[in-house]
Amino acid sequence: MSRFSSSVITPVVYRHFRKNTGWRLFIQSVIARAYPRLIGQQREKSWMFFDVFLPLLAVSAYVFVYRAIQAPEEYVGFVVVGGAMTAFWMNVLWSMSSQLYWEKEQGNLALYIMAPNSMMSILLGMALGGLVATALRATVIIIFGSLLFGVDYQVSSYWQLFLIFILAMVALYGMGMMTASLFLLLSREAWHLSNLAQEPVYLLSGFYFPIKSLNFWVALGASMIPLTLGLDAMRQLAFPSGTSLGFLSVGVEIAILVVLCFVFLLGAKWLLAYMEKLAIREGRLTESRR
Amino acid sequence: MLRTFRLSAWLGWQIESNWADPFLFAIYSMVKPVSGAAILVVMYSVITNADFESPIFPYIYLGNAFYIYVGQMMTGISWAVIDDREHYKTLKYVYVAPIHFPTYLFGRGVARFIIATISVVITILFGLIFLGLDINPAMVNWPLFLGSLLVGVLMLAFLGLILAGLMLLLAHHMWSLGEAVAGALYLFSGAIFPLEVLPPALRWVGYAMPLTYWLELLRRSLIGSVAEAFPTLANYSNTQIFGILLGLTAFFGVLSFVVFRFCEHGARERGLIDVVTNY
Repeated sequence: MSRFSSSVITPVVYRHFRKNTGWRLFIQSVIARAYPRLIGQQREKSWMFFDVFLPLLAVSAYVFVYRAIQAPEEYVGFVVVGGAMTAFWMNVLWSMSSQLYWEKEQGNLALYIMAPNSMMSILLGMALGGLVATALRATVIIIFGSLLFGVDYQVSSYWQLFLIFILAMVALYGMGMMTASLFLLLSREAWHLSNLAQEPVYLLSGFYFPIKSLNFWVALGASMIPLTLGLDAMRQLAFPSGTSLGFLSVGVEIAILVVLCFVFLLGAKWLLAYMEKLAIREGRLTESRR
Repeated sequence: MLRTFRLSAWLGWQIESNWADPFLFAIYSMVKPVSGAAILVVMYSVITNADFESPIFPYIYLGNAFYIYVGQMMTGISWAVIDDREHYKTLKYVYVAPIHFPTYLFGRGVARFIIATISVVITILFGLIFLGLDINPAMVNWPLFLGSLLVGVLMLAFLGLILAGLMLLLAHHMWSLGEAVAGALYLFSGAIFPLEVLPPALRWVGYAMPLTYWLELLRRSLIGSVAEAFPTLANYSNTQIFGILLGLTAFFGVLSFVVFRFCEHGARERGLIDVVTNY
């Protein structure tokens, strides 16, 4: 009798390689997709310099612009917080929205579709992996930026601040998942469209100045991007004069962010299913228009 | 070498521009720089109540406009490594072809130079039309402007080659290296504020960088009286600053080839010429 008799090996194999289904498979896929994002950061240690130190210098440039034109010191704090949040927008833009285009180019997209897991779990894994790595970068910018420039925070409500950050992140990454599905249909233009969405969003979302400085209707339109209201509310809660420079009241901004969370997450689920079908029908999942 | 440069420039232009119809490409070329400039304009307006007459405004606006070249040129040349290596997977073929590899990379940067030129022109026109930027073409020192621009573009190409060398050793997710370095140099170059605003310990970095002298020359050639109102390089004549720019460009030229060769050797030793990284 073979030492690899099925009666001996089957329970062991089953225990170690059980085929998960349902929510177990979902969670497994999320972890599996988040894993390379976190490990990838560890394997390329130079990111600490390029992804944290250099952006901190870029943020500092905007601080010195305010100093050159003798702005009130609170604006320095606005820039530090806004500069840290740019990391999340960059991550959503490049590592969420246009990621499926890269996956298509690399040949992974077809494998994702063929595998018995949902695409939502893949996108959620990307989001969580990216969020953790990006949060580290943003935290370092906030800490070092605040220490370097002596930013004075006077937080009026820590729990509201935490809630707003979480809501803004959920809505933002939900938006990233939704736009990722749109990018399923795109080819080379995906890279350029992501590139195009960088500076205009820095402008419209008020990364470096209070959004109230813009026209009301422009600011309202920009509120579709979750970081706009997230940033505005965080500034209102973290700085003494934040309330006077706020666009809407914190309560209203929380309510809108809750709505945006639902809209973007449900929209992502619906749009992903629709776009996946469309991409399969039009044969765009494996096409490579270079 | 000339043929390599010409053909890689043509290839770069096709890659950069043929993904969209000309109308969409024109919008793409316009929106990004105008938005970038608008961020500074809004920041400035909020604090100064839109005092566009102050000499600091043209200083900031022109510095920011010409700084578009820095990001585009450095990214253009360094991004070509990632694009060819991991996207098109052609870097190994280009590398073994009988061409001068740095020249190929310089050529790939030409497309970004053209796009940057369009962006700079649009940004300055926007300032002239909507923000009262006062540039009188009859008063512009054209020889100084064109000479500085030419030397500056060469200097930026050398900086791009240094980054391209580093990129040979880095993974795909360092795609933003060019923009990150350009963003960091924004702080030290006096592009959007006079160097005097920096703490004294940091000013020497700005004085050691060719970008500082390049931007100063461009400002002086376009709006001499305003640029000379700031003390950063007020004690130096145009000829002296141009000489410093030439010297630093030559220095970075030599440095770029040394760094590139060093990184290239490292990439070959570690088998990174055709590596594909994704995460």
